[in-house]
Amino acid sequence: MDLFEYQARDLFAKHGVPVLAGEVIDTPEAAREVTERLGGRSVVKAQVKVGGRGKAGGVKLASDPQDAVEKAGQILGMDIKGHTVHKVMLAETAPDIAEEYYVSYLLDRTNRTFLAMASVEGGMDIEEVAATKPEALAKIPVDAIEGVTPEKAREIVEAAKFPAEVADQVAEVLVTLWKTFIAEDALLVEVNPLAKVADGRVIALDGKVSLDANAEFRHPDFAELEDKASANPLEAAAKAKGLNYVKLDGEVGIIGNGAGLVMSTLDVVAYAGENHGGVKPANFLDIGGGASAEVMANGLEIILGDPDVKSVFVNVFGGITACDAVANGIVQALELLKSKGEDVNKPLVVRLDGNNAELGRKILTDANHPLVQQVDTMDGAAEKAAELAAK
Amino acid sequence: MAIFLTKESKVIVQGMTGSEGQKHTRRMLASGTNIVGGVNPRKAGTVVDFDGTEIPVFGSVAEAIEKTGADVTVIFVPEKFTKDAVIEAIDAEIPLAVVITEGIAVHDTAAFWAHAQAKGNKTRIIGPNCPGLITPGQSNAGIIPADITKPGRIGLVSKSGTLTYQMMYELRDIGFSSCVGIGGDPIIGTTHIDALAAFEADPDTDLIVMIGEIGGDAEERAADFIKANVTKPVVGYVAGFTAPEGKTMGHAGAIVSGSSGTAQAKKEALEAAGVKVGKTPSETARLARAALQG
Repeated sequence: MDLFEYQARDLFAKHGVPVLAGEVIDTPEAAREVTERLGGRSVVKAQVKVGGRGKAGGVKLASDPQDAVEKAGQILGMDIKGHTVHKVMLAETAPDIAEEYYVSYLLDRTNRTFLAMASVEGGMDIEEVAATKPEALAKIPVDAIEGVTPEKAREIVEAAKFPAEVADQVAEVLVTLWKTFIAEDALLVEVNPLAKVADGRVIALDGKVSLDANAEFRHPDFAELEDKASANPLEAAAKAKGLNYVKLDGEVGIIGNGAGLVMSTLDVVAYAGENHGGVKPANFLDIGGGASAEVMANGLEIILGDPDVKSVFVNVFGGITACDAVANGIVQALELLKSKGEDVNKPLVVRLDGNNAELGRKILTDANHPLVQQVDTMDGAAEKAAELAAK
Repeated sequence: MAIFLTKESKVIVQGMTGSEGQKHTRRMLASGTNIVGGVNPRKAGTVVDFDGTEIPVFGSVAEAIEKTGADVTVIFVPEKFTKDAVIEAIDAEIPLAVVITEGIAVHDTAAFWAHAQAKGNKTRIIGPNCPGLITPGQSNAGIIPADITKPGRIGLVSKSGTLTYQMMYELRDIGFSSCVGIGGDPIIGTTHIDALAAFEADPDTDLIVMIGEIGGDAEERAADFIKANVTKPVVGYVAGFTAPEGKTMGHAGAIVSGSSGTAQAKKEALEAAGVKVGKTPSETARLARAALQG
């Protein structure tokens, strides 16, 4: 889960990373009072989870409270690379920036540990620094148990060749940033730029934090950090039902069991679509191992509620779950939706294989639902679903 | 022979007395696994009856090893307690720990992996968030259905559970030496490379099928390993060509970040290493048949 800048700033502040004062607002008028509190001037910053907002006009300096109201009015509602600005952060104006650095901690999947990255060339896109000047970006593995001690922080500072006059301050930032990383179960904490300002202080001026959704069990506050305003309504509805759903931009609704099989199903449908007017998968939906009638009904309800969907492909491999249970689930789900007054009018192509497949197929054949047709293979069923979506 | 798991394996179950643990212990027993005990400190000294087979419950992994000679543990404990369960298994120096639990915080996985390293890597960890492994006809450690296929000469390693089942089903008439589900989390214990190396060394394996998916660079590194070290034919499949950037597709590790972790890059890396890569699971199965006859 990626956070907004203001949320990252709040977490940094909570764990002692030096930041500027700032507050988030969602109406232009609120900018007046906040700017007064910040000393009469402020930086108005669009809160969007995409880079390059400065160039897009999403960051403006306000010279007085009235100016802040106007600037906030210009930025709120703005579209930045497809992201609508619903909130702006007003930040204290920083003293002049002398130098810009970069520090982060992230997951190193390859080495199965954590990685510190640091550079004295911050302020720009770090992927660009990594590509064009890899020697300017120090990468230091961090042991998951030992963590970042003051000694480790010093090692990172030296590896990245921070100037001597800021070494102590940067080392302190590295220790507090590590505390943030661990305490919040983050996958990424990044400060860019970490700025040395005119009075000699080192301050985190902008940052990114991404949290591990799997750690929610020990962070009840994670739910409050979710960006509900920008969530796709279908994704939000699916999440509320505990379904693993991602909205895509095609026409074939997909339901399957198991993340790998569903990903594979999307691919197979996209290939089949090449012969049928370029139709594509409309979503990812993994109903998991259980695949009960209720879960199936919930899944079908979400997918049938997607106006982009023209046909539905239910692709289940019965592993632990027996296909007869899945078939009963489909039949009951369709009845359940009908009894709830849902308009069930899109063709369903069902492929059942594996445990008790023949029994499952027989249940669907006997039910003889006018919208349901069965195809025995995954490739054949994908072809059929694509054909029906193209009509 | 097979890899990692044979009929000689003595298996214990951490979390055997929970609902998932009980359900799958029953299934493992039914498929012939030699289960010698369960672990639950609060129920130590009791016995659980599985359709007439009585399995003793021990207070710790160390005690279970001491009393039974167990060399494999299958872990079903809930995600909040998984880190401690794996660390206990590592400290007891059990040779193989299979972590089925899904939804583990990645900081917890990083911590138990670091602990395993610090303890000299005496425990092979498979998972977390994986279906486990099966050596058909011999032993089954995890949740893979035992009745899909029979013993044979194909080795299978996969990040995905259901694609493991699908591939076992597609090639059920040929059969498998061992099938290993390594899991789709960002940090996992046993990797594609570990399984490839073991299958290469296994005299009972003639062909290796490797299933990957988007996210990370495990498939690319496996491709390098195959090029340098694997002489047996390898057939591959990668899921997630249509996955959009920045979205997690079910598995915590299945995410394309920027331009890295794409299915296309993985497919190209594997093909450059001489691996035949199928566009669909069925095509992959056809390639495997052709390679076996080839």
